[in-house]
Amino acid sequence: MNKTWLIIQREYSSRVKNKRFLILTFLTPILIVGLIAATTYFSITGVEHRNIAVIDPNNFIKNSLKNTNQINFSFPNNVDSNNYQQKGFTDILIIPKFDKDTKTDYILRSKKSMGLMLQESISTKINSAIEDQMLQDAGIQQDILDSIHKASQYSELKAYEDKGSTSKESNAGLAMGIGYASGLLIYITMFIYGTMVMRGVMEEKTNRIAEVIISSVKPFELMMGKIIGIGAVGLTQFLLWIILIISLTSAAAGFLPADVQQQVATLQQSNGQMAGGMMQASESAVKIYNIQHTISTANWPLIIGCFIFYFIGGYLFYAALFAAVGSTVNEDPQDAQSLMFPITMPLIFSYVITTMVTQNPNTPIAFWASIIPFSSPMVMMARVAYGVPSAVSYWELALSMLTLIAGFIFTTWLSGRIYRTGILLYGKKVTWKILIKWAFKKA
Amino acid sequence: MDALLRLQNLKKYYATQKAVDDISFDIERGSIFGLLGPNGAGKTTLLRMITGIFYPDSGAILLDGTPFNPMVDIEKIGYMPEERGMYKKMKIGEQALYLAQLKGMSKADATEKIKYWFKKFEMESWWNKKVEDLSKGMSQKLQFVITVLHEPKLIILDEPFSGLDPLNANLIKDEIYALAKKGSTIIFSTHRMEQVEEICDHIVLVNLGKKILDGTVANIKQQFKENIFSIETEAGVSLTESPAFSIVRKEASKTLVKINEGFRPNDLLQQLITQNTQVVGFNELLPSLNDIFIHLVEGTQANARAFQPIQE
Repeated sequence: MNKTWLIIQREYSSRVKNKRFLILTFLTPILIVGLIAATTYFSITGVEHRNIAVIDPNNFIKNSLKNTNQINFSFPNNVDSNNYQQKGFTDILIIPKFDKDTKTDYILRSKKSMGLMLQESISTKINSAIEDQMLQDAGIQQDILDSIHKASQYSELKAYEDKGSTSKESNAGLAMGIGYASGLLIYITMFIYGTMVMRGVMEEKTNRIAEVIISSVKPFELMMGKIIGIGAVGLTQFLLWIILIISLTSAAAGFLPADVQQQVATLQQSNGQMAGGMMQASESAVKIYNIQHTISTANWPLIIGCFIFYFIGGYLFYAALFAAVGSTVNEDPQDAQSLMFPITMPLIFSYVITTMVTQNPNTPIAFWASIIPFSSPMVMMARVAYGVPSAVSYWELALSMLTLIAGFIFTTWLSGRIYRTGILLYGKKVTWKILIKWAFKKA
Repeated sequence: MDALLRLQNLKKYYATQKAVDDISFDIERGSIFGLLGPNGAGKTTLLRMITGIFYPDSGAILLDGTPFNPMVDIEKIGYMPEERGMYKKMKIGEQALYLAQLKGMSKADATEKIKYWFKKFEMESWWNKKVEDLSKGMSQKLQFVITVLHEPKLIILDEPFSGLDPLNANLIKDEIYALAKKGSTIIFSTHRMEQVEEICDHIVLVNLGKKILDGTVANIKQQFKENIFSIETEAGVSLTESPAFSIVRKEASKTLVKINEGFRPNDLLQQLITQNTQVVGFNELLPSLNDIFIHLVEGTQANARAFQPIQE
């Protein structure tokens, strides 16, 4: 045990002290936050402006069509589809006379073709303008219409889940996001750290240091030391990422204007209601508050606890298999490809199931995939995000965890037996048939 | 005899060959023992069983008179395998420390010992270098130091001189003598017969998984001698054959003769004296281990062995 500890230490420190580890660890969150910031920035500033001439001979929608910061509608008199470009317009929109019994199309002609998003937004605007116009024609007053719009605009679906006497706000979008993100994260890390274990074993074998070490420790100790050491590297990396992302986002929040920050704080205290007499909360403060509030509805201790469990369990399950493959490779790393295939296939397949499960957490395939240890780390995480016990019952979670524990004990045992033979065997091309023979032969 | 290591009827069969087939021998405490054999004879398998890497299919290994227990006894052994390796990216000092600790040494102890050996072999400046910066000979020296660092009772060296220049080879050779003198027992495995002749007290020759020769170097040479003598005479004198001896080869002033069955060297000398031939030198030519090795192994299809199925 003492020697395994030495091996763990070496595997851990030789990787953590490596420059590549530091670069990867610190660059990744900066890259992610930077990417989000950049897309947000460009989606605000990098938009194209359209100056649209509207030909609306009946003045049907003139009063209802509203300008935005992207689109400017104007209603000139002497413009037609032949000369709108000379008059300085980018597009021309031709509105025929509408009546509610026949369907009539309106026509947009452009200098440059318009993006889908913009087209849809114009289409929505026109449709709502037409709707308003028709409602007004039917006798509804403009001020009544305005008040209806205002009342309906910020309403949204609030779902609650009932657990006995208490009921809790639930958010399917958030659950899907968390489930997908954690499933994806586990999938990626299985690959990264699994292949790291495999390469480490291959290095020891091709460097011929394995024999020196195995004359001091048992092969199983060497294998376990490597698996645990690299697993600890993975956990360290997660921890650093979490710390970095939290500090970066709170640093980013510090750049918000002071009055917005204060409004958010007030909203938090008053549980979303702006006290009467105080200043109105700005739109951005409400948005930030809503994001914070939505995030806080998730059961974070459960999700983080499950994530750590399934990361460790899934890692141990797959790393042992990767180690076994590494031990069978000779000089040629190409050999690893064909042997890796049976390991990477279930991983990829589990990922595909995970993407399905994030949308439908309670199908039979979701249930079985979250019990079978090949896929349970990813699939169960996707389901746990929907809540325990509302989406996943306690016994399901317990069963999934138990089969995963049994699963990694089995793969570790199996791989230990393959590893023991493979690590000292050179010059022999290994097939899966031979591996199975090694695994079940006597000591 | 005070045996440090006793092998009793060791067997290890692989799927396609009998790697070690019923081998027994003793290794005396403090001796330098040569384990010889052609490629693929089963030497490495035998050594791996002694170092606890493999378990024998049957038979027993006794270390210090008690059955070998890898869990404990592994620390009494220092093994330098033929295929040597290091972590290329790891600093040399840290690497030596790590491997010494795996052999059960405390960190302080190991540091002290490494410093002692590094100083002795003028390797002090290597501590913060990486193995990938070393030449083959240099890493060989490092490997030797790592093998003997924990003062093992039993040191197993598989081809320790390959890749070393004569200067460094001598350095290691002197260390081997010194370690044996201090009481370590050394198993030395090689194909280089002249080194065996020079260094080893006792040898065992294995071929095709079986022991075919066991004894001290002097005894074995006696056993395989062909009664060939070299006679140095004054120039120009030629010997005439007689029933007592036949001439093998003639050089300027030397003649190699073989004394025939039933005669003794003195019969030859007697004849030379009666002929009044002036003898300047007279000595027996013992066969070299190289000759004995070739004589015993040649024609046994040792090299084709790997592809033959077991005949049970």
